[in-house]
Amino acid sequence: MSPSIAAFPHAVIEVRDLRKSYRRVEAVKGVSFAVRRGTTTALLGGNGAGKTTTLSMLLGVLTPTAGTIRILGEPMPERRYSVLPRINFTSPYVDLPKRLTVAENLRVYARLYGVGRPRARVGELAVELDLSDFIDRPYGNLSAGQRTRVSLAKALLNSPEVLLLDEPTASLDPDVGDRMRTLLEGYQKKSGCTMLLASHNMGEVERMCDDVIMLRAGVVVDQGSPGALLERYGRGNMEEVFLDIARERVDPDHGASADGHAEGMVS
Amino acid sequence: MSGAIARCAGSANRIFALIERHAYLMLKSWPRIVSMMYYPTVTMVMWGFVTVYLRPTNNFLTDAPGLFIGAVLLWDVLFRGQLGVSLTFFEEMYSRNLGNLFVSPLRAWELIAGQLSMSMLRTVIGIGGACAFAWLLFHYSIFTLGIPLIAFFVNLIVCGWAIGLAVSGLVLRWGLGAEELAWAAVFLIAPVSGVYYPIGVLPAWLQGIAHGIPTSYVFEGMRAVLLEHVFRTDLFVEALMLNAVYLAAGIGLYLLAIRYAREHGMLLQMGE
Repeated sequence: MSPSIAAFPHAVIEVRDLRKSYRRVEAVKGVSFAVRRGTTTALLGGNGAGKTTTLSMLLGVLTPTAGTIRILGEPMPERRYSVLPRINFTSPYVDLPKRLTVAENLRVYARLYGVGRPRARVGELAVELDLSDFIDRPYGNLSAGQRTRVSLAKALLNSPEVLLLDEPTASLDPDVGDRMRTLLEGYQKKSGCTMLLASHNMGEVERMCDDVIMLRAGVVVDQGSPGALLERYGRGNMEEVFLDIARERVDPDHGASADGHAEGMVS
Repeated sequence: MSGAIARCAGSANRIFALIERHAYLMLKSWPRIVSMMYYPTVTMVMWGFVTVYLRPTNNFLTDAPGLFIGAVLLWDVLFRGQLGVSLTFFEEMYSRNLGNLFVSPLRAWELIAGQLSMSMLRTVIGIGGACAFAWLLFHYSIFTLGIPLIAFFVNLIVCGWAIGLAVSGLVLRWGLGAEELAWAAVFLIAPVSGVYYPIGVLPAWLQGIAHGIPTSYVFEGMRAVLLEHVFRTDLFVEALMLNAVYLAAGIGLYLLAIRYAREHGMLLQMGE
């Protein structure tokens, strides 16, 4: 597969031959990839492809069956307590306490991440992410879009060097989704943060990502920049590339899609 | 050296964050505070009136009128202590917040320390209310037990922590379907703890079990203070030693459950 790990000697995230098995099911089957500093990489694949499993292993909440992970040069999960203060995570599927206000939630997480002057940091983020109108409302009373912004604020509290995002704009309307993407791009531009995101939104991937890793049934089936993938598959957008790969319309050995569009994959 | 100090400060900060999170929840809801005091107060009132009824015809209660009220208040130290640990953990599951906690720099022992701190706070609030009512209604003060009260309190709350951590581990392993354990677990040891009667009245085989339960030594010790006016150091030490074993087992079970959850990908999915 290109680009290989060897192509990125200074990768911020390095994954080699990562595997995860649950009794009879092998969810991730020897995944290897690298993410370069300051870039955004998408982890794509259909439901059950192994995206969330891979992210969970990177975060140290799921123990790999085999393989190695290095984040910021440190092995995970062995050195999780050196790595976790420098990274953060957001997902619409993990909530914050609903009866606490937005400010209370953020202050608690600021302390958990060892942020100096938590109140001041929460105030800064409230301005940056436009949370001020509902900062004193219980998290459980917020709309989906507001909750997503609060979750992003939680993820930015410690000014992370690496941000792992699981479907960051899922269930958001196009306006709020666009604002989220703009916020993430702004943060990356300002901080040089490295981002790895799992997403089903191909427009988001084309807009934000420098590299794409395509997973199918726990295996990396292709990777490259969105532009390179579009060219390789002879498609006009990433959604069509996604469908080609997810529906196995491409023969990786002969490099032709079933409907004759693709020129072939580089392996 | 400065690295060690920074690490300790970081841990203290994270434990404080957990306490802050639960204190926000607890202190902004007066029904929560009332519910903490409700059960200990109601049971204390009931046993208070039993004492009033039996005292004229009972030598034990004439000599030691606080026998039942003291017992019920001490029993609730165990129960509140256990519930405090378990409910603090369940709260994270109810709010689907475990994933965020476990991807933060929070260490497992810091999570445990946070749970134990909240347990202490809940116990003091719950039992404090009942103690106040015992004084108002029956003119009984648990503090008449004197310094031994500290020994009883420590042993009971530590036993409650051990059970609470074990229950948290079981719920982490089997999900909130096992939540009922939090309310029932302590009552399994009630009959052999000798809360209201001496262990000697139990059949021999149950006495054998009672000798393996730390709480039985505490309540025997309480009766020794109230009836014989002596503090039995031997009972205190035996309870303490058993509690050390129980607490180690409780922590071990909890840590095993966390490891199991990490191996089976349960931490990001846990919730109602």
